[in-house]
Amino acid sequence: MSEYIIKNGHVFDPVQKIKGDKKDIAIKDGKIVEASEVSSSAKSINAKGKTIMAGAMEIHAHVAGPKVNAGRWFRPEDKIFDSHKKPGMTRIEGGKSIPTVFKTGYEYARMGYTFAMEAAMPPLYARHVHEEIHDTPIIDEAALPVFGNNWFILEYLKNREIENTAAYIAWILNQTKGYGVKIVNPGGTEAWAWGLNCLTINDPVPYFEITPAEIVTGLMEANEYLGLPHSVHIHQNDLGNPGNYKVTLDTLRLAEKVKPKNDFGRDQVMHSTHLQFHAYGGESFANIESKAKEVMDYVNSNEAITFDTGNVTLDETTTMTADGPFEHHLCSLNHLKWFNVDVELETAAGIVPYVYSPNVSVNAIQWAIGLELALYAKDPMRCFITTDHPNAGPFTRYPRVMSWLMCAKTRNERLNTFKNADKIIDRTTLAEIDREISLYELAAMTRAGPAKSLGLSKDFGGLKPGMNADIAIYNINPEKLPTKGEDYEKAFSNVAYLFKDGKICVKDGTVVDNGQKKTFWVDVKVNPNKQVRHDVVEKFLKYYSVNEGNYSVPDDYAPHQHIISLDATHA
Amino acid sequence: MKTVTLTVKKEPELYLECETLTPDAFAGKKADEIAKIPAYQGREDTTLGEYFSIAGQAGASAAETQIIINGDCSKMKYIGAKMSAGEMIVNSDTDMYTGGWMTGGKLVVKGNVHSFCGLGMEGGEFIIEGDAGNYLAASYRGDWRGMQGGVLRVKGNAGSDICTFMNGGEVIIEGNVDIHIGTHMEGGKIVVKGNANRRVGGQLVKGEIYVFGNINVMMPGFKHNRDVELEVDGTKAVFAEYLGDLGERHPKRKGETVYGKLYLKK
Amino acid sequence: MTKVVKDVICPFCGTLCDDVEITVSDDNKKIISVRNACAIGAEKFNHTSLPGRVTRPRMRQPDGTFKEVSYDEAVDWTAKTLVNARKTLMYGWASTSCQAMSVGHEIAEKIGGIVDNCATVCHGSSLIAIQDVGVPSCTLGEVKNRADRVIFWGCNPAHAHPRHMSRYSIFPRGFFTVKGHKGRKIYCVDCRYTDTARCADEFIQVQQGYDYELLNAFRTAARGEVLPDTVGGVPKEKIYEIVEELKGGRFGVIFFGMGLTHTMGRNHNIDIAIALTRDMNDFTKFNIMAMRGHWNVTGSGQVLAWQYGFPYAVDLSRRTKARYQTGETTSVDLLIRNEVDACFNIATDPGAHFPIDSVVSMSKKPTVTIDPHINMSTEISDLHIPVAMVGVEVGGCAYRMDNVPIETRKVVDPPDGMLTDVELLTKINERVDELMGAK
Repeated sequence: MSEYIIKNGHVFDPVQKIKGDKKDIAIKDGKIVEASEVSSSAKSINAKGKTIMAGAMEIHAHVAGPKVNAGRWFRPEDKIFDSHKKPGMTRIEGGKSIPTVFKTGYEYARMGYTFAMEAAMPPLYARHVHEEIHDTPIIDEAALPVFGNNWFILEYLKNREIENTAAYIAWILNQTKGYGVKIVNPGGTEAWAWGLNCLTINDPVPYFEITPAEIVTGLMEANEYLGLPHSVHIHQNDLGNPGNYKVTLDTLRLAEKVKPKNDFGRDQVMHSTHLQFHAYGGESFANIESKAKEVMDYVNSNEAITFDTGNVTLDETTTMTADGPFEHHLCSLNHLKWFNVDVELETAAGIVPYVYSPNVSVNAIQWAIGLELALYAKDPMRCFITTDHPNAGPFTRYPRVMSWLMCAKTRNERLNTFKNADKIIDRTTLAEIDREISLYELAAMTRAGPAKSLGLSKDFGGLKPGMNADIAIYNINPEKLPTKGEDYEKAFSNVAYLFKDGKICVKDGTVVDNGQKKTFWVDVKVNPNKQVRHDVVEKFLKYYSVNEGNYSVPDDYAPHQHIISLDATHA
Repeated sequence: MKTVTLTVKKEPELYLECETLTPDAFAGKKADEIAKIPAYQGREDTTLGEYFSIAGQAGASAAETQIIINGDCSKMKYIGAKMSAGEMIVNSDTDMYTGGWMTGGKLVVKGNVHSFCGLGMEGGEFIIEGDAGNYLAASYRGDWRGMQGGVLRVKGNAGSDICTFMNGGEVIIEGNVDIHIGTHMEGGKIVVKGNANRRVGGQLVKGEIYVFGNINVMMPGFKHNRDVELEVDGTKAVFAEYLGDLGERHPKRKGETVYGKLYLKK
Repeated sequence: MTKVVKDVICPFCGTLCDDVEITVSDDNKKIISVRNACAIGAEKFNHTSLPGRVTRPRMRQPDGTFKEVSYDEAVDWTAKTLVNARKTLMYGWASTSCQAMSVGHEIAEKIGGIVDNCATVCHGSSLIAIQDVGVPSCTLGEVKNRADRVIFWGCNPAHAHPRHMSRYSIFPRGFFTVKGHKGRKIYCVDCRYTDTARCADEFIQVQQGYDYELLNAFRTAARGEVLPDTVGGVPKEKIYEIVEELKGGRFGVIFFGMGLTHTMGRNHNIDIAIALTRDMNDFTKFNIMAMRGHWNVTGSGQVLAWQYGFPYAVDLSRRTKARYQTGETTSVDLLIRNEVDACFNIATDPGAHFPIDSVVSMSKKPTVTIDPHINMSTEISDLHIPVAMVGVEVGGCAYRMDNVPIETRKVVDPPDGMLTDVELLTKINERVDELMGAK
């Protein structure tokens, strides 16, 4: 394998606490090494006047699987004029809000991302998720199976059977090649199978006699019982509704009861996703207001929580979530086409196109809340930038979101030119914030932080010798920072170089190599569990529509696997 | 205004895609430059000059450009698509997407047009002197934003699925139409001076449809409201006004439900 | 000694039954018996050992007869045809694996093909209805576990999806449906009394071509508005009565088939059936599902969607972009209008399903058909390349009618030396690269 030495660049790496110092980065056999370890034949890359960071890590996006693909095919209008072949070693790339797999891989890579977490994998559809991951070029990927409405889980946790819950989680991760525990609208999505919902953490789930609070707490306990690399990853109840910040705070407080226990250097027990959608005050959309400050006061005080923002980008997009009742509700508001799939014993999903308009006050307030969350975050290692792609906007807008966060002038220009600017300023606190996120903080929010939260900090998210050589070089000179947001946007849209596993995959925004993407999953060994085995056999025999023998994801669906194995057998 | 005249010199073996055949693409160009404008036949990249002899020259802008096309264009797609200004006269039949997504200017086709013409039209004037195919002035697949504005007149008949998801503008069919007229319509106006076959105004939310002749089968979701005297496209007459589609959702304005309206000439 | 292969997936219809048990000879060459499959499914497995099976490519000769050629010659001829054509229709895909489709699409993108599957003459109209209004739906297990109102509209699973009713929709007992059939009310709406109607509690005979009007009447009734005395031959009293019954259920589902997709108005019939389903969700839980035909036509739609964003009729002829328009880039239209100059059929039989004018058009163009068996398309082709049967002689991923992916199983070995779809397409892809590199 080739050796490289990247010279004269400004390095930003929270792992080593390097804040823009000039430092050479050497690469050998796909790893970062000390500069002294590469031979004289190492290819030299001149990064003078450029910014060097580790490859960025996407912690929450809907990029592969059944609902993403339904979003693609039921929206031909999303790509009628947006399907192109770009220069380089690429296939045709299509789609604005829900890009095809090819566009997904290339666009992440062009922005300097080397890893993406598919945020919701229905176990029954795991094979579909992996087929798409297989076809997505360059970036490493993993997927989180959903558990918050799974019948096994509901039945075990009704009786607080943590060990059985943990054994079942281990079995599902193995069957689906999954990465961790995702919860979406706990209990509410099962209720949706009868057309109902759970809007607080104490609403009982129909028939199952359990509450969302019990589901979340039980899953956190099971997650730590297993010591998984990532914590539970939760999309809370009552998403998107005015006044929901109270439910959000109730849910976040559940994290106080559980202590982190793992060998991966992870400190949180709960990752709260797309917090923007959960930080609303007011009683209706007529008087909706930001509660970002209140929510962040709590998050800042509780180190057992990480979160991602879910920034609204003010684009036409396609919302999609396993929160089935929410999408039904959204469609009753905007009357656009509505796709829903209820998945037996496990989950559901809904999809509705949505246009976030700068002229609509609610949308502008949502935009402000997303930015406030990041700007109020005291610890950038616990706050990650997302758009909950494609829900609050396509991930291809990350450079713009970054420009709003890094350049107060650009942000305020946007704020002050909304149609109802006075109202937006009144209902939010964004106008009072002058903080600008630094390149070092950005490296924490997009690299070191997500890596730590995902339990991948040993090999990813930093530039320390020994770590994986996933490296992004941007045309940003820290000694002469851009003064305009659009310059940041341009630089973050197209890397000067992207190294993936020590190979140059993107050069000057052009894809030059498809790399060798890997699928990450977690293989946990647990004590043999007769009860869970019995329940699996019974449920497949009686209630599933497929046989157990046809449920798992065959190995050849993921030809390059990065398996994190752990032993959770308890004596 | 300056005029460019195109005369077909070679018939395409398959179909020629010429979305570049618009005043917008021609503006500021001389005949020899226009000849080099790309056109496509399947995988083969070709030029307009390969298929047309070109005379005259374009104006400085689209608005100052008139294009006249002679010869058989029945195997040419996208003529006038996305045009924003200027004038085009096609002395022939044309194929699909003629005048699709046009936003302004005037397009006259002296012959018949195939399907998907005036698709997603936003503005301008589009006159078809012959017959039109299916999906005239409809939305592109999946789009809830169909015709938004402008005027489209067909002097002959039109096919089925016309004006699907129409939101605005006006379409006048002087002849007959087939099935599914104004499906999912949420605004705008359709006038059919001949007969309509069936399924007129299915899932109609808002907007107006006028039929001068007969409708073979009325949708069950329409109910007679009143008779009213109106002047429609120069014709004064008494029309029976129906409200519908009563099976569909309808917006409310000041507490009153707003229905779609179907007028049948008595 | 024989052995039994369990959990075998039936590669016949979109029901994709995965509980078939097959006894094979110990040398993996011969199927001895098939258990659990329906008559059609069993026949599909038994097809492997039909006498007279073609095991090597056959090239049409000037005198009209076929002559056996090697796979290499067949690959070369196919690649040259694709490279020389300006616009090739690459049709079929519904009876092969998703893995094979991926290779096929790579070829299509290079040579400027149009990739279409048999939704184009089947549930394509359902797909465009869903593009217009979406669809509330579910997996088949949800129906089994929860449904108490089941409507079969314009479909006849008793014949087309023989085990659908026993596995999912009428008879099975599920978690919340312990009474099985007794706890469900079954409706059948059709213009004629079918064997499915025989299984229904209520048969509603609709006048042919009046489905759209009848569905409009159901929606109008659901909103409490007035109706004409009869709609499509159904009295209004009946319509009001059924609507109330549907609202009163806990979980309803509509299954529909060609009776809606291929009668007057096509996609609009589905569109309004979906709209009715949407309306019903204001009162109770309601879903709707297309009874997909070919066992992996859904898979073709899925792979095309994640690679290009459209579910069928994907026009890659420009090679710089993907486009899609039913009525333009759909196979029947392309053939009748002579918009393509070569045809490449794989894993579906257009000769048997397309209107005669399009079949005649195809017969006049250079045509290759890749299929395990002799069929109507092979007989009008210049080249027939036989391949191993996917789901019997080689595995691969398939998508059920509710989009659930299932990896099909290899049960027996293909005849000696016979290529699989993936192997053949990979060879063609490599040959295309060579030819295009040389150009």
